[in-house]
Amino acid sequence: MATVPLNGVMILAGILFMLGLVGVLVRRNIIFMLLSVEIMLNAAGLAFVAAGSRWGQADGQVMFVFILSMAAAEVSVGLALVLQLYNRLKTLDTDAAARMRG
Amino acid sequence: MNAVFYIAAAVAVVSTIMVISRLNPVHALLYLIVSLMAVAMIFYLLGAPFAAALEVIIYAGAIMVLFVFVVMMLNLGPQTVAQERGWLTPDMWWGPSLLAAVLLAALVYVLGSGGEVSVGSRAVDSKAVGRALFGPYLLGVELASLLLLAGLVGAYHLGRRSPDPQQRRGEE
Amino acid sequence: MLDYLWLIPALPLGGFLVLALLGARLPRGLTAVVGAGSVGLAAVTASLVAYDFWVGEPPGHAYTQTLWVWLKTAGFSPAIAFYLDALSVVMMLVVTWVGFLIHLYSTEFMIDEEGYSRFFAYMNLFVSAMLTLVLADNLLLLYLGWEGVGLCSYLLIGFWYTKPENGYAARKAFVITRVGDTAMAVGLFLLFTHLGTLQIQDVMTRAREVWPEGSTLPIAAALLLLGGAVGKSAQLPLQTWLPDAMAGPSPVSALIHAATMVTAGVYLIARTHVLFTLAPPVLTLVAVIGAATLLLAGFSGLTQRDIKRVLAYSTISQIGYMFLALGVGAWSAAIFHFMVHAFFKALLFLGAGSIILALDHEHDMFKMGGLRRQLPTTFWTFLIGSGALAAVPLITAGFYSKDLIIWQSYASARGSLWLWAAALAGALLTSLYTFRMVILTFFGPAGMQAGRKPGWRMNLPMIVLAVLSLAAGFIELPKSLGNLPILSDFLRSALPAVVVMAVREGREPLFELISGCVSLGGILVIYLLLRKAPRFTEKLVRTPLGAALHRWWLVGWGFDALYDWTIVSPYVWLARIGRNDVVDLFYHWIAWVNQVGYRAVSATQTGRIRSYAVGLAIGAVFVIGLVVIL
Repeated sequence: MATVPLNGVMILAGILFMLGLVGVLVRRNIIFMLLSVEIMLNAAGLAFVAAGSRWGQADGQVMFVFILSMAAAEVSVGLALVLQLYNRLKTLDTDAAARMRG
Repeated sequence: MNAVFYIAAAVAVVSTIMVISRLNPVHALLYLIVSLMAVAMIFYLLGAPFAAALEVIIYAGAIMVLFVFVVMMLNLGPQTVAQERGWLTPDMWWGPSLLAAVLLAALVYVLGSGGEVSVGSRAVDSKAVGRALFGPYLLGVELASLLLLAGLVGAYHLGRRSPDPQQRRGEE
Repeated sequence: MLDYLWLIPALPLGGFLVLALLGARLPRGLTAVVGAGSVGLAAVTASLVAYDFWVGEPPGHAYTQTLWVWLKTAGFSPAIAFYLDALSVVMMLVVTWVGFLIHLYSTEFMIDEEGYSRFFAYMNLFVSAMLTLVLADNLLLLYLGWEGVGLCSYLLIGFWYTKPENGYAARKAFVITRVGDTAMAVGLFLLFTHLGTLQIQDVMTRAREVWPEGSTLPIAAALLLLGGAVGKSAQLPLQTWLPDAMAGPSPVSALIHAATMVTAGVYLIARTHVLFTLAPPVLTLVAVIGAATLLLAGFSGLTQRDIKRVLAYSTISQIGYMFLALGVGAWSAAIFHFMVHAFFKALLFLGAGSIILALDHEHDMFKMGGLRRQLPTTFWTFLIGSGALAAVPLITAGFYSKDLIIWQSYASARGSLWLWAAALAGALLTSLYTFRMVILTFFGPAGMQAGRKPGWRMNLPMIVLAVLSLAAGFIELPKSLGNLPILSDFLRSALPAVVVMAVREGREPLFELISGCVSLGGILVIYLLLRKAPRFTEKLVRTPLGAALHRWWLVGWGFDALYDWTIVSPYVWLARIGRNDVVDLFYHWIAWVNQVGYRAVSATQTGRIRSYAVGLAIGAVFVIGLVVIL
């Protein structure tokens, strides 16, 4: 069977997580921010699966299943909120939703 | 077979960079789907076929499609692209990149100190995952279903078009 | 029956508690019943206890009732204990009965005031504190009562607190008496340090054993206690607070600043007389203070326009007489005058109160006049009270008590001709200013019209006090007029008899005659000056010397200005320059840090999601960095 260096997978997960974080911090459009959060979640899932595979147990994949279901719930609610935001503010700019300032 | 892993990893990183730097939301979504496919490939190489399947079916197949639906519904056209161009100036990238680089350095230091281990020699198939889900992680499964129910109800409620007050008054 | 001693201070205290906690919710009638009734019950109990004391004659002519031990420390365990002897019997009876009559009067006088229950609560607390003072077995409990009456005086002077002047007057009274109280506290420390106890009878026996007469320690202790007495009794040099204390309602002036609290100093000196006899220079000082004060206040009383201020200066003057008596060793004469003074001074203040109420709170005598037809009861009782104050011979009680003091100031072994001359001059002044007050208020052309006539609750106490002002003198008739020393015999068990010089004793009838003539003569002089030759008096006042004297005496011989210049102004100046000094920098710095922190923290609340995300990322970096490093 093909083998994969564990360190490499972990570093890959780290890099993907970082890219997702940069996306959250840089982008102003809320769709892109949610997308970047998905990238981060995916990276975390990758780390879990790799760890589970290292010990040869199913626990990693089980955690990945949970992360997946959580991401699904979060995306649905999040996108519904995006729709509400767009209806009220007529824009997808997150800086426009700053009524909680001060 | 390490080469397959490195190719898949490169594809994932490059497409993720494209995701966060595109101006058109639909383009970004498509690039994300490519990234997810690459990660699914890596899952398979890690000996987790079930996870790979789930990644493709649910993540790329359901969640991303949901995103596409919403983007289409919002009818984001050329003005969105122009808006994004205005927002995404090059000097926006310095600060977050620096922060992320620091964090990456720390993560690499922590994660990379595990020692050289090779994984993927033994596949953990769906049967084992299923046994784990219905065994020790049963409670987690129930909680996850509760979470999905909450998400369902929340999405339904929040997704309703709020009644227009003037229209309402006209009806009464 | 003697066991009920503790009820006497406890009943008014109970009245205070009921009125303080529930008073706002009770109807006026019930408040009046509780307020006046508690003091009335205390008066009845006091009478029963006094009767039992007189008939039963407990061993040593003293009865102690210990309730519980107050403090228990190494070598010092004062108790809440009450001590009954002849002196405290007299004081207790006067305080409770006069207090009851004044409370009865106030139920009608204060009827229109909002704060009715607050008034009676304070008055009850005052009576309770005064009774604690009078019945206290040890000096610490006495000091508790002392402070209690000071507190109630402050509360009642400033009763109408919405006017700032009343607050200032109350504060002035409190601060000045505080000066005296501090001296007294130091005196108590000294007594305890050297004698090891504060129980009054023990202090007196041990002082007699341990301290030789005339040595520094008893002089110091007596001087300090005198400081406290001078403050509370408004004698020189702490007399400036009493005229301003007239800002309170008239019943307050009657009870506190005439009959009871201001005589606490007299009681203190009489109670600790052993200490004072061990310090003869201090006793002389007491007499000199008394003589000087009575003259000073007499001159000031002659110039006042406000009817209550005349009575205030008169009180200062009469307490000067009591101090004079104490100073020459005539202890029971001082207590006799205290008793009679309580009757007629309370009567005069209650009469002034009914005049003030009838004229809608007008105090200026020059606006009054011809009131004798409009307020007949007030007029006759006021006249009787004034006669007692001026010591009209033979018929008034004031004659017997004041002239006893005037006689003793000459006849006593510690007396002298100078003291007698001062006392006699004071008596002349008393007649002058008293009847000036009477003539201006009740005689002459009518000034303001009387609106509200007093009812039975105001008239009855005045009538009772008038009867007492006439009859109370007959319990102590001097040798030349019947020789009936009932009171001094009764007090002999508590206070030593006055030592009279034999050579002077025979001259008693002559001196009595002189005093009687002076008193009547003063009345005649003022009648002539005011009614028969008013223009002459006006011309007298308008001469440069007359005007200057008038102005000087009007402001109480300038003591207020003196204290303001020497003590108050420097202190205020110091406080002002110390307002923003180095120590305050620390507190300013604390406030500044808080403000900076607030501004910094509120700047982080931008409301923008991105800045919050950045915050999260920085936090994550920080924590992971910590984990990596440590």
